[in-house]
Amino acid sequence: MTSSTCYHCGDPCGSNPVRYDGRHFCCNGCKTVYEIFQHNGLECYYDLEAAAGTTPKALVGKYDFLDNPELVEKILDFNEGRTQVVQLHIPHMHCSSCIWVLENLSRLNKGIKTSQVDFPKRKVKITFDSSVLNLKEVVLLLAKIGYAPEIALEDYSRSKNKVDRSLIYKLGVAGFSFGNVMLLSFPEYFESQEFWLDQYKPFFRILMFVFSLPVVFYAAQDYFKSALKGLRSRILNIDVPIALGILVLFLRSSTDIFFDLGSGFFDSLTGLVFFLLVGRFFQQKTYAHLSFERDYRSYFPIGVTKLNADGTEENVAIYKIAKGDRLLVRNQEIIPVDGILIKGNAQIDYSFVTGEAIAVSKLSGDKLFAGGRQVGGALEVEALKSVSQSYLTQLWGDTAFSKNKASSFQTLTDAIGKRFTMAVLTIATVATLFWLWYDPSKALNVFTAVLIIACPCAIALAAPFTLGNLLRIFGRHGLYLKDTNTIERLAKIETLVFDKTGTLTSSSGNKLVYEGMELTAEETSLLRTTIRASNHPLSRELYNILIGHQISTLDEFVEETGKGVEGRNGAKAIKVGAAQYVGATADTAVSETAVHISVNEDYKGRYVFKNNYRNGVVPLFKRLFKNYQIMLLSGDNDSEKSKLQRMFPFQFPMFFRQQPTDKLVFIKNAQTQASVLMIGDGLNDAGALAQSDVGIAVSENVNVFSPACDAILDANKLTRLDHFLQLSKKSITVIKASFILSLCYNIVGLYFAVTGQLEPVIAAILMPLSSISIVVFTTTVIRLLSQKLNTVN
Amino acid sequence: MSVIYVLLSISVCVALIFFLAFILTVRSGQYDDTYTPSVRMLFEDELVNSKTTNNQKTDKTD
Repeated sequence: MTSSTCYHCGDPCGSNPVRYDGRHFCCNGCKTVYEIFQHNGLECYYDLEAAAGTTPKALVGKYDFLDNPELVEKILDFNEGRTQVVQLHIPHMHCSSCIWVLENLSRLNKGIKTSQVDFPKRKVKITFDSSVLNLKEVVLLLAKIGYAPEIALEDYSRSKNKVDRSLIYKLGVAGFSFGNVMLLSFPEYFESQEFWLDQYKPFFRILMFVFSLPVVFYAAQDYFKSALKGLRSRILNIDVPIALGILVLFLRSSTDIFFDLGSGFFDSLTGLVFFLLVGRFFQQKTYAHLSFERDYRSYFPIGVTKLNADGTEENVAIYKIAKGDRLLVRNQEIIPVDGILIKGNAQIDYSFVTGEAIAVSKLSGDKLFAGGRQVGGALEVEALKSVSQSYLTQLWGDTAFSKNKASSFQTLTDAIGKRFTMAVLTIATVATLFWLWYDPSKALNVFTAVLIIACPCAIALAAPFTLGNLLRIFGRHGLYLKDTNTIERLAKIETLVFDKTGTLTSSSGNKLVYEGMELTAEETSLLRTTIRASNHPLSRELYNILIGHQISTLDEFVEETGKGVEGRNGAKAIKVGAAQYVGATADTAVSETAVHISVNEDYKGRYVFKNNYRNGVVPLFKRLFKNYQIMLLSGDNDSEKSKLQRMFPFQFPMFFRQQPTDKLVFIKNAQTQASVLMIGDGLNDAGALAQSDVGIAVSENVNVFSPACDAILDANKLTRLDHFLQLSKKSITVIKASFILSLCYNIVGLYFAVTGQLEPVIAAILMPLSSISIVVFTTTVIRLLSQKLNTVN
Repeated sequence: MSVIYVLLSISVCVALIFFLAFILTVRSGQYDDTYTPSVRMLFEDELVNSKTTNNQKTDKTD
């Protein structure tokens, strides 16, 4: 019985591996997948990457909503004749083996014609013959081999919108024109007196003019729009001087060539727009496989089983549930609406809603809240409300979810842009006034030259490249940000609010600690045997802990729902359950979740469920405590309070029993004093994450869904949080330094402009030089600063 | 030397053709997923391999 790992998924097999074909498997699910692959000549799956598989989960009825043709129609991309096309999101996709097997689905079923994977989006596009198999069968086939698709209806209504590629087109236009104009303006730079070159000068200039037209009127249109929008709301953003620069460049250059005054600045004009767009493109890094916009609908099922009055079952879309409907909720399904339990053994896991990790028992006639997950048998529930009016889902009606954090935040660039614009306009006016008095013929020339040279290209590039680089570096280290704006907001954070369950504690189960008199081996074996038959979630957890002890047979077994179980073997009788049931004295802490044990009516002790805190939380808090105010906001009861207070050498405020709405309000109040960073995980934090200045969702598996937030943090990297915060602050310093650097270029340029000797060549050299040196500067500094992230763990 | 008009027009036309080709490739979605094709191109061998094993499937022992 050597410990082996599963040939399919790589998990340890435990003491009793499933043997098949000379290989070991951790469970029958994995073995079945292996069998399927082997029968269809797909064993190469295991050659590409060892142990790449995922254990298929039991999914009775999970995809039953696909029987509803109305829903199927919404999900299908294309449906004509016998050909149907669907795009499915498969979060478990993670390696080249996955790509390979998903692209060879046609071997598993003849009805599947082609399948094409888009790995960055974790999507597979499947074309199948609807006369051979239907969508539900396709989905079940995928689920059977361990690639269960995640189907969220709102993704489908969104993805049918066209992909926005306009920035790439604009970049293409600007780059194309920039290259051609540079080539055409080359002869002008050398001012050679060659006869033929002089002869063709007008032709070259007209061509340059033509090339600049699409740049000004198409590629640069966003800058004009943004500047106009800013001016209308009386804000001088950075796009105002940029738009002004582009406009003046174009008008001055056009008059120059049409009145034969000079060659114009078309090269600088096209180059400027090109560089600006490159910066914008660089900043636009997105994580296609992550979604930062999820709301409760992603957690809830799409369709539910409705029980009609005549006893028939029907699959209906979740938004069609009306008050009074009878619903069937199966094991592991989420209760979609507030309702009343009619029938069934309800063990509801409310960890989504409250953060409380232990499931609670409910009796028939009890009220059930939407968002709870049933563990155990099937339930019959009568809906009390519609889905959107349920207690939990009402949270999404709060204004916190509709406001756009990025647009209400003034970025550093915009703050500088305002002062910069004022300064440039002042200099231009003063210089023009001086020249009007000194030499009026040059006044207009100087005015335009100042606006051209002061066009803040380098300033506009500093932030995109600094933040864009940092965004990529953060991504490599497990923090995935929604956009670059988040970094700037992160740098301003003063207060950190942590959720407890799932954030500070790991979701991989609770720690069970035994307190009391030691149990003999015989008693432990009896205990295990007794709770084996019990379906209570606490029993299940305890049973898993006691693996390794012998199972004996019971002479007698009694289960009293809601109280406990009793088992008898020979002379020994064991009682397991609530304190009163086993006859424990009432001195035990009530708020603790515990299982009490007595043998022959003799109280022995209890198993207490303790949260399992992540490694490194204490050192992290110590580091953070120096610079930030820390708070804890938990939906759980306060049984862990004293333990937490002992864990940390300093005190910080802790709040327990916070409902999702309480959390939202709490953050709102905290924001009146400081910028708040919320770090949470589940649906119960969704409101707080949306309301906070920056909301970070901690996730054990970043590919699987997390609530709407600004950033997703890999749970293993939680201890690096202080480094991430520090780096964001430093990046702001880097941006400021590059502003100063680019101002130096501007001063040199302004000297030429104000003295009336700005030649197109000077502009053509200064503009790319400043832009490129800023890009090099910010990239190098950010890389050096982030070196530290590689060394810490 | 007026051939320069012709030459320039031709060169601009060639440049435009390439530019249009770029636009068309973007529009066709070629750059939407730049990762998967890099993995997919390495699969050809395995596919042939498994096809042969597939044919011999009936008398396969391991």
